[in-house]
Amino acid sequence: MDALIPLFIVIPLISAFLIMILGKLVKGFHRYFAPLTLLVLLAMTIIVFANLGGSSLQYTVGGWGLEKGIPVGIFMVLDAFSVLMLCIINLLGFIALFYSFSYIAKYTAESNYYSLFCLIIAGMNGVVLSGDLFNLCVFLEVSVIASYALVAFGVGKTELEASYKYQILGSLGFMLILLAVGLIYWKTKTLNIADIRQVFEAGYSKPYYIFVQVLLIAGFGLKAAIIPFHAWLPDAHSSAPSPISAMLSGVLIKAVGIYVIIRLFFNMFVFSYEIALVLTSLGAISMVVGSLLAIVQWDLKRLLAYSSISQIGYVLMAFGMGILLLLRGNNEAAAVLAIGGGIYHMINHAVFKGLLFLNAGSIEHRLDTRNLKEMGGLSTAMPITSTTSFMGSMSISGIPPFNGFFSKLIIIVAAINGKFYLLATLAVVVSIITLAYFLKFQRFAFFNKSAGEALSKIREVPFPMSFSMIVLATLCLALSLLAIPSVSELILRPAIDVLMQSDLYSTTIIGI
Amino acid sequence: MEGMSIIVKKVTQLMVGIIFMFGIYIILHGHLSPGGGFAGGVLIAGAFILLILAFGSSSLKLKKEVAGSSNTESIGILMVVVMAVMAMLFGAKVFFFNFLPKGEAGELLSAGVIPLYNIFIGIEVAGAILTIFLALIIFKEESSK
Amino acid sequence: MTVYLLCFVLFLVGLYGLITRRNLIKIIISKSITEFSVFLILVLIGYIDQGLAPIVDPGTSHQVYVDPLPQAMVLTAIVIGLATTAMLMAIAIRLYRKYKTFDIREIKNLRG
Repeated sequence: MDALIPLFIVIPLISAFLIMILGKLVKGFHRYFAPLTLLVLLAMTIIVFANLGGSSLQYTVGGWGLEKGIPVGIFMVLDAFSVLMLCIINLLGFIALFYSFSYIAKYTAESNYYSLFCLIIAGMNGVVLSGDLFNLCVFLEVSVIASYALVAFGVGKTELEASYKYQILGSLGFMLILLAVGLIYWKTKTLNIADIRQVFEAGYSKPYYIFVQVLLIAGFGLKAAIIPFHAWLPDAHSSAPSPISAMLSGVLIKAVGIYVIIRLFFNMFVFSYEIALVLTSLGAISMVVGSLLAIVQWDLKRLLAYSSISQIGYVLMAFGMGILLLLRGNNEAAAVLAIGGGIYHMINHAVFKGLLFLNAGSIEHRLDTRNLKEMGGLSTAMPITSTTSFMGSMSISGIPPFNGFFSKLIIIVAAINGKFYLLATLAVVVSIITLAYFLKFQRFAFFNKSAGEALSKIREVPFPMSFSMIVLATLCLALSLLAIPSVSELILRPAIDVLMQSDLYSTTIIGI
Repeated sequence: MEGMSIIVKKVTQLMVGIIFMFGIYIILHGHLSPGGGFAGGVLIAGAFILLILAFGSSSLKLKKEVAGSSNTESIGILMVVVMAVMAMLFGAKVFFFNFLPKGEAGELLSAGVIPLYNIFIGIEVAGAILTIFLALIIFKEESSK
Repeated sequence: MTVYLLCFVLFLVGLYGLITRRNLIKIIISKSITEFSVFLILVLIGYIDQGLAPIVDPGTSHQVYVDPLPQAMVLTAIVIGLATTAMLMAIAIRLYRKYKTFDIREIKNLRG
């Protein structure tokens, strides 16, 4: 199973360029090849997920292992946390690709779309599997550059402006990340994440350490869109084509933003109190400000984009609380709850935010508008969209028995156990505000009296789009089974262990 | 777009061949001296771009040109990835392994599979930069009609 | 120490251009200046006193070379910078066709 690790990156890369060449010669080639690629990736993910257990696999690229005890090559690491991220990326990628069969048919350059989509998947797989700091930066840029092109895909006025803003801020983030990587290399003389951990465990100088961590929070915060680095997200996620919005909001800001912050701050840097405080407060502020900005929106996809900022704030706050509880030392059960709640909410948010963006895409496909004031009465005209969107809205607001309730409950219980009463109150208040604006979405889009005769002639969306939405809605219900303690011991506990026992990470990977 | 004056055309006719050869030299000696795939590829693209700039694009069929350079770029990347995956069948059976015999240090035919990587990366970068340039020209031509 | 300070001054010059310029193309050029200053810092980090360029001449004995790893990082990062600049230029040209101006104060369709 070791040999499967580089294939996660090689297969989408080959298929992206094969689609570029053969898409012009053979008509309709991309319609069969791209979903075939993603099915192969999904099968490989399931094989790896079933066989991994709690162990960590590593792969040395080029055969360059340890020379005299120093890792000189590029290492690729597959452990329990990475495999959960791989599941999210490939599953949501396949569903968004299946959705876009009927959605993208109205654009002209279809083969370019599928080729860029495979490149995004390849880049994100590379970020999640990388054990080397600069390798992570390169794959991050591969996926992000493909997403710049996909946001500007239908070349209208708003798409181009949104893509321009996104690109400038994304490049600024990459420059800050590169500066931080250079400064880390200067002190540690190595780029391997496990080796850097061992150098930092031996000793570091405090001002340099905090400066590097702040640079990394700023750089990856620009990619993950936490407040105050969120300015590009509403424009980019609302102007992109809807399956790309689902990929961006559901997977990209997690795989290249939150995942890297968690991996570096848990497994590479030694915990420090001030940075944990910064992470928790940034998460809490994102939570509150994102939801307050979402209430006043009348554009459907802009509302969903601001709601993404709010939910990512939940995840970051949960992980920050985990670090603070681990530093205090006496309440390990609460730390396990907090980190587990963070991972569970990350998985849940991918599923229900993807579902909500696909619903918005269906409405836009039939009505050609995103303004909530112009919709109404769609619950009888589009039954599948209406039902799945109702399930998605109830999930994200935290209504039992959907999955959002359980993950938010775990985070709030962890906050109360760790005596963070202010954060628990904020989490409950933001959950109520989330319910408020999703009820606004449901009422104006589906349950209002119809605004005119033309709306009653709308039919349901074609089969690929409705199939994707039904699959994601079923997953919303099925993922609430993860809250059962015996199931979460099997699936979530290995990931939590990888993050909490960071010294085990470095000794397993290098073997010193 | 129109070409340039006759002095530019004559000098370009003399220089393009030399620039092209220099680019190939930098690609082939990538394992012995600074340069390698990226820098040599940019130089080769530069030779083609100089030719198009000096003689004007009115004598080219731009759609065919851009399809040719785009296909060249894709074939370059595919060859790199195929060679990296082929390394999983020989030798130590890892991705990206250096499986051809390494000769003496300092010779032109040495260092195993690295000169081949340099050549394919050079082809790929040349195709990519030429595609960018041709795409910008096509956009300008189409919108000025 | 002064070389690092000069690189930081270049970073600040690029950042000033990125924030205050109103023309789309000038923003792209300032972004490139900022990127190049980061590359310079990266290469300077690998400098070792009295080191030669890291090209091994066969037949010479033990020499002190400067660190080649930051140079490899900067080569890759230059190519990434080239790709992003090319994409930005393409988008800027299309923006000009749609809005008939390069001024960012006119291109304000998305607000709130």
